[in-house]
Amino acid sequence: MNFLAVIGRVAISFLQAAGKIGLFAVSGITHMLTPPYYPRELFRQMINIGYYSLPVVGLTTLFTGAALAVNIYEGSSRFNAESTLPTIVVIGIVRELGPTLCGLIVAGRVSASMAAELGTMRVTEQIDALVTLSTDPFKYLIAPRILATLIMMPLMLVVVADTIGVLGGYLLATSKLGFNSGNYMKSTIDFLETIDVMASLTKATVFGFFIALMGCYHGFNTRGGAQGVGISTTNAVVSACIMILLSNYVVTEMFFSS
Amino acid sequence: MTDMVPKISLKGLRKTFGPKVVLDSVDLEVMPGESMVIIGGSGSGKSVTLKCILGLLIADGGSIKIDGQEMIGISNSDRREILTKFGMLFQGAALFDSLPVWENVAFGLLAQRLYNRTDAKEIAIEKLRRVGLSPDVGSLSPAELSGGMQKRVGLARAIAANPDIIFFDEPTTGLDPIMSDVINELIVECVKDVGATAVTITHDMSSVRKIADNVAMIYHGNIIWTGPKNKIDHSGSDYIDQFINGKAEGPIKMEILKG
Ligand SMILES: Nc1ncnc2c1ncn2[C@@H]1O[C@H](COP(=O)(O)OP(=O)(O)O)[C@@H](O)[C@H]1O
Ligand SMILES: [Mg+2]
Repeated sequence: MNFLAVIGRVAISFLQAAGKIGLFAVSGITHMLTPPYYPRELFRQMINIGYYSLPVVGLTTLFTGAALAVNIYEGSSRFNAESTLPTIVVIGIVRELGPTLCGLIVAGRVSASMAAELGTMRVTEQIDALVTLSTDPFKYLIAPRILATLIMMPLMLVVVADTIGVLGGYLLATSKLGFNSGNYMKSTIDFLETIDVMASLTKATVFGFFIALMGCYHGFNTRGGAQGVGISTTNAVVSACIMILLSNYVVTEMFFSS
Repeated sequence: MTDMVPKISLKGLRKTFGPKVVLDSVDLEVMPGESMVIIGGSGSGKSVTLKCILGLLIADGGSIKIDGQEMIGISNSDRREILTKFGMLFQGAALFDSLPVWENVAFGLLAQRLYNRTDAKEIAIEKLRRVGLSPDVGSLSPAELSGGMQKRVGLARAIAANPDIIFFDEPTTGLDPIMSDVINELIVECVKDVGATAVTITHDMSSVRKIADNVAMIYHGNIIWTGPKNKIDHSGSDYIDQFINGKAEGPIKMEILKG
């Protein structure tokens, strides 16, 4: 009966959450920019987020690049347009699949681990303990995680994702579809434009921000015990993925709608 | 004694979570160098009281004074300054499991930038020795330690920066009676060593008898009795009698059916 009331309540709680996350983000960024800094923590997070994500990111994009090549070859051969394959693969990977897949995979890995780790620290009073030891948890825990993700997503993970994705297409096309390796390389490089790379890196940065923000926000605000940690982890991954797909559309519009 | 400023003074301290009143109006004074023990049943708001004093929870009303200075409404930087006077041993030890034991103990020293890492490590090893742990424990991870050892490391961490005031939240809960006695003994010694004021929360009567100068009992969000340790057996309060004798019958009704 109270259909409108239900809608209203959902809308209000959504806006409330958005407001809280917004404030959390502002506070995280402010603390990121003001001392004291924790280079040791930053370095540890960079290794964990960047280096240890490389295998999954590489594997995912390698096979996606290959699958993309198969599909495009099959589709374009209907119009005798097989020669466009390298161009479409590189644009598809760099503009869209590289950053998006990388973002989703890293969300699954990094948002989850941030939420679980910070959530456990919250319910075992480790975050309270930090405060009693003259340490601001925002500076020590949140700022290094956000900064490390902002650095590693564009400068390492998405560059690797794009490269390996294109490589996947190349390997398949040259080994199974009879493409000449020199020609494939040439059309890949010729048709890749600066704006494609810019879009890729912009997406990587934006996705990285949401990955860290959702992981940190949900972990930091965990309530209850083990169950609370589980809920936070799920919420972190789901909300990070939604934000990635949403912002992917927005950034794509910004760069490429004419 | 009367003209001394209390180290900690709570007046009408109030804290609610939604409709639930956890602290109604808590009044408590702790004098410098005194060891105050707060007793009360599980869920009676003992930990919440300490967290309000530390500013980990925001009190809804009343006054919290440390060395005569009001803590409610104080600026963050002033609060941080005052918090350097505190050490706390948490109920579950709350050690940082991403750091080795020695770095846990040295954490406050490093955070306050009082020492470089080499010196801080030396002090940490010394504090570990103080709580009866050998130096090689320093390089272990907290997850490799037993509950009793974790509590000792937590104690070493709490005293590392020579705090003025130390809080102990249920230091013996979950330990066997012998380990409990060891921890109680260490608490008494360490507090004496650093000359600190101590507030201990417990529902373990052997802790009370070992640690306390004065005892306060919290019930339904209020302090219902305070007095020196030796008066506790003749307090004239049915609540205290029921609590120290651990009887199900009495004025304290466990809220088993509630909720
Ligand atoms: N952050 C919180 N949010 C909601 N309720 C809380 C919170 N912290 C404590 N409480 C409630 O306050 C009451 C007192 O808790 P606490 O002080 O931890 O008890 P104890 O005396 O055993 O230390 C409990 O009923 C607990 O559920
Ligand atoms: Mg408690």
